[in-house]
Amino acid sequence: MADVLIEARGLRKVHAPRGAAAPTEAVAGIDFRVTAGEAFGFLGPNGAGKSTTMRMVAAVSPPSSGRLEILGMDPATHGPQIRARLGSVPQDDTLDTELTVRENLLVYGRYFGLPRAVIRERAARLLEFARLADKADEQVEALSGGMRRRLTIARSLVNDPEILLLDEPTTGLDPQARHLLWERLFRLKQQGVTLLLTTHYMDEAEQLCDRIVVMDHGRIVAEGSPRGLIEAHCTREVLELRFPPDRQQQAAEKIADTAKGVDARVEVLPDRLLVYADDGEDALTAVHRTGVEPLTALVRRAGLEDVFLTLTGRTLVD
Amino acid sequence: MPQMTTSATTALTATDVLTARLPALREFGYWMRRYRRIWRGTVVISVANPLLFLAALGAGLGKLVDANHSGHLAGTPYLDFLAPGLLAASAMQNGFVEGAFPVFQSSRSRGNYPAAAATSMRPGDILAGHLLFVAFRVLLSGLLFLAVVVAFGVVRPARALLAAGPVLLTGMAFAAPLMAWAVRVDRQSRLNGLYRFVVMPLYMLSGTFFPVGQLPHWLRAVAACTPLYQGVALTRSAALGGGDAGAAAVHACYLLALTAAGVWAASRSYTRRLNS
Ligand SMILES: Nc1ncnc2c1ncn2[C@@H]1O[C@H](COP(=O)(O)OP(=O)(O)O)[C@@H](O)[C@H]1O
Ligand SMILES: [Mg+2]
Repeated sequence: MADVLIEARGLRKVHAPRGAAAPTEAVAGIDFRVTAGEAFGFLGPNGAGKSTTMRMVAAVSPPSSGRLEILGMDPATHGPQIRARLGSVPQDDTLDTELTVRENLLVYGRYFGLPRAVIRERAARLLEFARLADKADEQVEALSGGMRRRLTIARSLVNDPEILLLDEPTTGLDPQARHLLWERLFRLKQQGVTLLLTTHYMDEAEQLCDRIVVMDHGRIVAEGSPRGLIEAHCTREVLELRFPPDRQQQAAEKIADTAKGVDARVEVLPDRLLVYADDGEDALTAVHRTGVEPLTALVRRAGLEDVFLTLTGRTLVD
Repeated sequence: MPQMTTSATTALTATDVLTARLPALREFGYWMRRYRRIWRGTVVISVANPLLFLAALGAGLGKLVDANHSGHLAGTPYLDFLAPGLLAASAMQNGFVEGAFPVFQSSRSRGNYPAAAATSMRPGDILAGHLLFVAFRVLLSGLLFLAVVVAFGVVRPARALLAAGPVLLTGMAFAAPLMAWAVRVDRQSRLNGLYRFVVMPLYMLSGTFFPVGQLPHWLRAVAACTPLYQGVALTRSAALGGGDAGAAAVHACYLLALTAAGVWAASRSYTRRLNS
């Protein structure tokens, strides 16, 4: 069996804000285990507790209760030793925008106590890796969002970490920047770096993760491989139907009646109906037979978004 | 990247060895790196400020004061009285500016502190390194101020060096408690508020521009409790000499105690903020 690098049992975090505000239980007792070389993802909507979990694993935020072991050590007693072997990409970039790209790497490498010559050598390689070599002497201020994200990732690798933590690595980036980042992360994965990432994009989770836990309201509601989760919680296909807003409710009722007959399930979203069926075309034929006429009809494969909807009754991105 | 082995067999520099042993120096190095971009401007300000103030107030206003044979200064020329007072006040100013805004900015979610806290640095290392830099800034500005004071012929160079200690102590007595607070403050406007409503009024109670003997009786006691008064008194006795040693020791202990309390509070609030 592969080495267990991270193990959490009953991990819980309560944020107690200053003043009179009520405390929030951001992480409500979760168990998970990450083994060497795997790409492990936390999928969940905003406020699910993903960042809070990542900060605990990054050994910058002590758990309120539960057990957490990272690289065989307890973050409460061995924070610096753990952090020395982690790479951390926080949700908000913490680059120094007044320093240059290279300076950001030099400063960060120094924080690990590395000798200057070693940092310089690694910085050159990491800038190549992040495709920022031509920007090395520019101020971070002048970089695009995608470049900053790549620099943050490059920086997190300067201590040659065994585990890389990525909190929403591509949120807010345009599709092209996202794909470039995914490709770089995929390379790291192939080089054997253990990845732990959070996302609320199901395509990101599907692209990068071997194993996923679905989080909602501080709890883990499902766990498995992307394929496994879809197979366990969804039908193979989904039929998406759009109606004029005033007719959707009526159509939904009619289709729900028919759906029972063909072993399908209907989800009503504000802007569309989803019919979960193993054969989408069959389901569409059945819909047509009821006399309901959708504006558009689309058959697609079920994805993690559908898993989340099935488990929680809500969509991932609102 | 994993296969990135350390092939560099280059000899370690002294800085490499020191920063590996003393993590606080890494944070100090970060602030120095930033400072390298702006040092010229700060030197100009640190020299121009006392030059202008001493020329206008000391030499200009001082002529009027001295011509009226003000008995309150006990025969000290006004310029000599004012210079050490302004020096201590500027140390407070620098302690405030360096201890408040950069600390506040650094502790935001996109700031330097969370970046450093994600590495092998401890919150205490981050604090120690930044304190060191603040001390460096307070001392550097103080020495430049002293150079101007020497040029005005108020103080001899040897005495000026003696005054550097009180200047540093005054600056840190403000900076350390401020850092403890600024790291956990939620809005920058609170820092500005503190400056306007606490720091500025301290000038009037400090004996910088006039001896506190001029104040009403009850206010004199209040003034004697304020840190700037203590800093001004200590700096003045060091720069001009002739003060009583016991009083100087009391001033120094007051400022040391305030600094120590500030550092203690800061080490708690940094840990709370950066590891919570
Ligand atoms: N520092 C904090 N203080 C108070 N509440 C917090 C803090 N950080 C997060 N929370 C709350 O905890 C919950 C989970 O937040 P977070 O972990 O950021 O979720 P996610 O990353 O999945 O969006 C949210 O309700 C959020 O408002
Ligand atoms: Mg988050």
